[in-house]
Amino acid sequence: MKLLFERSRSGRGSALLPPCDVPAAAFDQGLLRAEAPRLPEISEIDLGRHYTELAKQTHGVNDGFYPRGSCTMKYNPRVNEEAAALPGFTQIHPLQPAETVQGALEVLRTAETLLCEITGMDGMTFQPSAGAHGEYTGLLLIRKYHQSKGDTARTKIIVPDSAHGTNPASATMAGFKVVSVPSNEMGGVDLDALRKAVGPDTAGLMLTNPNTVGLFDANILEITQIVHDAGGLCYYDGANLNAVMGHVRPGDMGFDCVHLNLHKTFSTPHGGGGPGSGPVGCKAMLEPFLPSPRVKEENGVYSLYEPQQTMGQVRSFYGNFLVVVKALTYVLTLGKEGIPEASAGAVLNANYLMKKLMGHYDMSYNTLCMHEFVMTLQGLAHDTGVTAMDVAKRLLDFGIHPPTMYFPLIVHEALMVEPTETESPETLDEAAQVFLDILAEVKTDPESLHHAPHDCAVGRPDEVTAARSPILRYSFEG
Amino acid sequence: MSIIPAELKYSKSHEWIKEEDGVFTIGLTDYAQSALGDIVFINLPEEGDGVTAGESFSDVESVKAVSDVFSPVTGTVTAVNEALLDDPAQVNEAPYDAWLIKVSEVSDSEELLDAEAYEAVVAAEEA
Amino acid sequence: MGSYIPATREERQAMLQAIGLTSTDQLFDVVPETVRVKDLDLPEGLSELEVSRKMADLAEKNRVFRSVFRGAGAYRHYIPSIVKTVTSKEEFLTAYTPYQAEISQGVLQSIFEYQTQICELTGMDVSNASVYDGATAAAEAIFMCQERKRSSVVVSGAADPQTLAVIQTYCESRDVPVTILPVDGCATDPEALKSVLTKETAAVYVQSPNYFGVLEDMDALVAAAHEAGAKVIMGANPISLGLMKTPGEYGVDIAVGEGQPLGMPLSFGGPYLGYMACKQAMMRKLPGRIVGQTSDAEGRRCFVLTLQAREQHIRREKASSNICSNQALCAMTASVYLAAVGPRGLRQVAETCAAHAHYLAGELAKLGFSLRSGEKPFFHEFLTDCPVEPEKLTAALEAKGILGGLPVDGGILWCCTELNTKADMDQLIAVIGEVLGK
Repeated sequence: MKLLFERSRSGRGSALLPPCDVPAAAFDQGLLRAEAPRLPEISEIDLGRHYTELAKQTHGVNDGFYPRGSCTMKYNPRVNEEAAALPGFTQIHPLQPAETVQGALEVLRTAETLLCEITGMDGMTFQPSAGAHGEYTGLLLIRKYHQSKGDTARTKIIVPDSAHGTNPASATMAGFKVVSVPSNEMGGVDLDALRKAVGPDTAGLMLTNPNTVGLFDANILEITQIVHDAGGLCYYDGANLNAVMGHVRPGDMGFDCVHLNLHKTFSTPHGGGGPGSGPVGCKAMLEPFLPSPRVKEENGVYSLYEPQQTMGQVRSFYGNFLVVVKALTYVLTLGKEGIPEASAGAVLNANYLMKKLMGHYDMSYNTLCMHEFVMTLQGLAHDTGVTAMDVAKRLLDFGIHPPTMYFPLIVHEALMVEPTETESPETLDEAAQVFLDILAEVKTDPESLHHAPHDCAVGRPDEVTAARSPILRYSFEG
Repeated sequence: MSIIPAELKYSKSHEWIKEEDGVFTIGLTDYAQSALGDIVFINLPEEGDGVTAGESFSDVESVKAVSDVFSPVTGTVTAVNEALLDDPAQVNEAPYDAWLIKVSEVSDSEELLDAEAYEAVVAAEEA
Repeated sequence: MGSYIPATREERQAMLQAIGLTSTDQLFDVVPETVRVKDLDLPEGLSELEVSRKMADLAEKNRVFRSVFRGAGAYRHYIPSIVKTVTSKEEFLTAYTPYQAEISQGVLQSIFEYQTQICELTGMDVSNASVYDGATAAAEAIFMCQERKRSSVVVSGAADPQTLAVIQTYCESRDVPVTILPVDGCATDPEALKSVLTKETAAVYVQSPNYFGVLEDMDALVAAAHEAGAKVIMGANPISLGLMKTPGEYGVDIAVGEGQPLGMPLSFGGPYLGYMACKQAMMRKLPGRIVGQTSDAEGRRCFVLTLQAREQHIRREKASSNICSNQALCAMTASVYLAAVGPRGLRQVAETCAAHAHYLAGELAKLGFSLRSGEKPFFHEFLTDCPVEPEKLTAALEAKGILGGLPVDGGILWCCTELNTKADMDQLIAVIGEVLGK
């Protein structure tokens, strides 16, 4: 495929603006750039075709099954997109007077109320723009809380070794030291290890539940109790909320704050890597520290205010507002019955697919799973040389996006499968068949799997050369 | 089968050490480079930095992993192999030529293994 | 009402049976009974028509001004029609981060193109694939400059207040000392900068055009910072770079900014786009996703996420940033915008913004709104005194369908883009004349 710059022809372009209707502003030559940026010069039709071609080489949820574990690639309803495209939302300035943006403030306040009910929290901010950003914000809440009590010795955050990499990275960014605790044989928190890890230096614990191997940690009440008894707070990473929303609330499990991924659980699109939204909810004792501004409502009138002991801002304005509009549309659509129905559907689909693959592929845990399950291809790799990577790459030829590979780190040759609730049984049946067909290929022609995919636009890229000698921009000099 | 030159000393964490006139040259063993796979970048300390026996002084990046490199001695870095910054593949191609750092003023050292003892460590890990 | 589950009740029952269960509740047996949700206090679900009406009602409670003279970090520009067409393609919209390069060449190539355009625009060597917004870009850039012996940062007080607030939050959490330089006549004083630089200063952050629209004396500021051994981070409105001297030409180390003006609507503050670009020497310190060019086994050019060992999923607690999801679709929006306008179009947008702002400043001066920045050069924003109480004036303008400049420090911060026509400006002046009784 040609790059935009390779399609460029000097002098081409579209007539977008009228001539300027006032005299030009005069600037000293020293203030002006010496040369024009080498942006592409391209006609509208060629520009359109360029992106149509790029779109053909992009696999989205609407292109096929997308069981990428821990990412909740569910369907992105079109009505959400329509709502977020309303001029009343897109054409308003973030610094308009409050009385002219009552609808926008009501969106934020309503979304806060509904998502607090779903999570069992008392207050929420929408400023964080992604899950990792939410983790950072939640940890700052914990930091501020301990500081406000003069408890400056609490410098450590406990993170299970099965956690997503953002957890420890966020803890570092928030100024904490990370204490990693090992998992037990079911991928859950090892209670003895946790008891040994907590102490007067414990600021808090970060946890997903269900955890990263797709199992609900039944010891959860004991876990949060251990941390609370030691004076720490409990942070719920909402990455896996799609398994349990409407059935159990982080707030009731003993968590003090939580981040959600609206782009996972609440159906807003991933956009090839963003924009997401990672709102943070918290219990009342943490509310004074939430980012500024917050939205309040009095007698039907909405306004912004700064919380007393706010941590300040973690982003400009109010976060990825339009993403919140989409998520609100979704929550209002599903409502009281739809929310628990969605998570039940996600858990049902995961178990159904796992059942179909069990006995053919090794499951890392042979028990009912939640919204996702982890297979280990260690035995297969040992016997045949075919790795999780090879199987994943072969799936591409069948139009299936591979499961998450090599995560969590505590499972070897892991493939983590999350079908989500928005897939039909026949899609799951077909996918299961593809998995079994690939297994048959492993028996007959393992060598060819090392070279998969065979039918994509490109084969496996040479990542070593890419990293050793980085080419990170187009070179006009050829 | 990895190469383990007889004239060098080794650490259990797979560094090789060559001592000459109080200067300790440190690199990664053949076994280490093979286990790491294609190395794409090496973060090195600066001349004058202190290193401590048993602590990390560098990390080595492959495409999908990063691994610490530990110092077997405590001392001061007197030379850094900057050629590795541009061409980290040297560590894969010739691990015993591609030294990482030289350390002087050595005040402490962990127990260094001879080739035979290190071969036993490697054999145990490969089993 | 619906939950977007395709399976019918009967199909779900059959699936339950296949896994050896009889009811959905059994799927959640592992959850302790005491904390199972009994009654969720949410409204009943809605049909698509009902929810469409509900959201339209909410949107209608917001007031869309036809004439907008407010910027201050969020800018209304013309968005070419092809931009929305491209970015609403469902392949782009519904894809995940392009980890699987073989089926993600479209997204990967578009990011590579974006990185190239950002480098061209800023005159820098390397760009990442975006961060959340301009404010977090500035904060992340400060972290890039942290060295063992240099950790403090000096920040221009003339930077955007949203950016200042985010920098303060981020730096406090990492114990990075922040010194904010006082503002002198809407600009940063190089002498004031020199007086606070120390051996511990890791970086200086300056925005130009700054919050007050003024083009800073970057040459003097960069020289002072580099003299003291500190890195320079420059924040710049990307539209201004269609015309004005680039961060690269000023010799700064990192360029950052709010990319919203490149094709993103105001949207009450987001989604926006943080761009980040740096010199080659700092490449491995750049946070976030970066796309690189390589080839496959058959020698075909392809693109892939690269330098991943910098990132949190590999380096975990040792990563310099935790960023994972970024603003990929916004980066694509910016890329399509820049391709649609091209080099001449971008210059025309920049020139028209500046021309409109200078025309308006001249007209306002005639009514007694004097420039607080004096003779200093400005781009498309400027702060004036206000002969009456600013809020009173803006309220009067709102009554006439005009969103006036932003009341700031007893004055008004005005902004013009290519969308504020001469006719609109003349109408604004006429309304102000009425308010002032002139």
